[in-house]
Amino acid sequence: MHDMAVEARAVEARAVTKIFGSDDSAEVTALDDVTVSIRENEFFTLLGPSGCGKTTLLRLIAGFDHPTRGEIRLHGEDISHLPPYQRRVNTVFQSYALFPHMTVAENIAFGPEMLGQPRAEVARTVDEMLGLVRMEEFSARRPEQISGGQQQRVALARALAAHPRVLLLDEPLSALDLKLRKEMQIELKRLQHETGITFVFVTHDQEEALTMSDRIAVMNAGRILQIGAPREIYDHPAERFVANFIGESNLLRGELGVVTSATGTVTLSSGVTLSASVPDGAVRAGAGRTSGQTSGQTSSQTLVNVAIRPEHVQLAASPDAGTLSGRVENVVYFGTDTLYHLRLVTGEPFTVRMQNTRDGSPDARIGDTVGVSIRAGVAQVLQD
Amino acid sequence: MSAPPSGPAPAASSSGLDPGRAARLAGEVARRDIRTRWMLSLPAIAIVTAAAAGPLLIVLVYSFLTPGPYGNVEWRFSPDAWINVVLQKDIFDDTWQWADAHLRIFWRSLELSFLTTALTLVLGVPTAWFIATRNERTRVVWLFLITIPFWTNLLIRTIAVMELIRNEGVINSALIGLGLIEQPIQMMFTDFAIALGMTYVYLPLMVLPVYASIEKLDFRLVEAGYDLYASRRKMFLRIILPLVKPGIIAGSILVFIPSLGAYVTPRVLGGGKNLMLGNLIELQFGQGRNWPLGAALAITLMAMVMVALLYYVHVTGRGRRWHG
Repeated sequence: MHDMAVEARAVEARAVTKIFGSDDSAEVTALDDVTVSIRENEFFTLLGPSGCGKTTLLRLIAGFDHPTRGEIRLHGEDISHLPPYQRRVNTVFQSYALFPHMTVAENIAFGPEMLGQPRAEVARTVDEMLGLVRMEEFSARRPEQISGGQQQRVALARALAAHPRVLLLDEPLSALDLKLRKEMQIELKRLQHETGITFVFVTHDQEEALTMSDRIAVMNAGRILQIGAPREIYDHPAERFVANFIGESNLLRGELGVVTSATGTVTLSSGVTLSASVPDGAVRAGAGRTSGQTSGQTSSQTLVNVAIRPEHVQLAASPDAGTLSGRVENVVYFGTDTLYHLRLVTGEPFTVRMQNTRDGSPDARIGDTVGVSIRAGVAQVLQD
Repeated sequence: MSAPPSGPAPAASSSGLDPGRAARLAGEVARRDIRTRWMLSLPAIAIVTAAAAGPLLIVLVYSFLTPGPYGNVEWRFSPDAWINVVLQKDIFDDTWQWADAHLRIFWRSLELSFLTTALTLVLGVPTAWFIATRNERTRVVWLFLITIPFWTNLLIRTIAVMELIRNEGVINSALIGLGLIEQPIQMMFTDFAIALGMTYVYLPLMVLPVYASIEKLDFRLVEAGYDLYASRRKMFLRIILPLVKPGIIAGSILVFIPSLGAYVTPRVLGGGKNLMLGNLIELQFGQGRNWPLGAALAITLMAMVMVALLYYVHVTGRGRRWHG
């Protein structure tokens, strides 16, 4: 993380806590000591279930709410207590919040007009934005006269017309149907690329987050659990919540063995020893306590959770060829691939996702005993 | 409704009847259909005729008759009442002159009604805003407090205002007691007293419709406005005002119409001097013994109200486009 100091930071939240409700009886801690740094020109996503605090964090950045403790910085400037109209950030609202009494063009012109741009410049900006979101022929319509997807594009154009340094998007695609949502995902990526503006995107849809983001912050219960590139988060979830919220994971209990920098060995309850990725936190929480070891290498006897993605493992050619073995309890065919729900000898459930390649890869039926082969580095030790 | 469908022609022709007969049958069915509908609307038509159109017609007819010496009318046509609404014959040389007294009263009624509407707007809109932005439980209490005066008789509420502003009333006694003035300020029997009384009496009629439209206001639009750099003033003028306009217009009409025809308030607070239209009309049916003139004045007042209402329909008709 230390290399980020030299990088341009668009938005920073420093130890931000937000508590709603002034009377102690109804106090809700929406954000609990959140620190995050969003880089310039980045497509940054706040991902989490509803009520995790992601929208609260967005509203603090927008200025609709103010932090109880901590500070929000925009390009290094503390903006924690500035009103929304004094921050060069604009928001695309979940409900779009288009002004119903104004036309599409008037909606888009609103921001530039309020900024005191001369008439001709406002007109030019409106034209430019209408072109950017491909809504030229709808400029004279009212919001209720255009479809949801079109309203969405107008909301985007309206926010971008005010030339924000950071664009905040509060679940902007959640009201659209699947096909339109896929289109808008591509559209949003294109817009972010073309405008070069930092996007802070809030969603509860993990797939949306994975496909669109440069980096993702996974949130739960008012805290940020992990920040990283989509692949990093998916392949190396730091916590059990992340492992389960993004994609599916098999969770096994094991004992942490020797840890060398980011990898270590884990002995599962069945007695099998695997090599696994170990996040910083787990070393600190577990083996870090042991002393007298050379730096970067520790060992201890700590119980940990190990996450293994169903698609990262395979059925072995024979029952005793794999790392693990179990009985097939259910087989679910998906077309592109098949899910095998196993019960391991230790009694733990385990799922294997096999691609249906039709090249004679191992097949199994309910009741069969099968082996599971696990390549090195596929297993991930979790912090909790 | 057991009315048969009004278009049986296709069915008839498909069953092999000759076209002429089918058309006659269809015509007969349509006639029966229309008759049924008339029969069904008859009670409503009867009530509207007896209770609304009838009396109005009588007023209209009376306005074209000759006044009787002891009130009532003589059944002789005369346009005098209508002429007398705005003109009067000089007692000495029989020339026509403007009826200054009437015109003054018309003008005062309009002036005071507009003033009352303006005052209720100034007081009512912030009040409605305050109530609409409370939480749901508090809102109910405030609305309840606003409606309480409706339960009290209008005369009593007006007399309460009188208690406040008369020379020996609460305000003057307090000011004298504090040594701020030596002589009581004459507030009773002035236009100020009438405007104050009407503002007090009609304020809830402004607050309630304005509240209703503010309550419907989507406050996310306000956030969007702030997000797009609107100042408080711009926010009010460009976003809030256009969206609550239907409520403001409804409230203004609801205050303006009864103000224009007010009777009790100008009578009690304006004394005998500062008449308004309502008092002028009453005068013609009472002491004036000129029922046709009273009728003509009443219809004139109604015409003024109609103009105000048509304006309302015109404006809200446009507004409804974005208010569902």
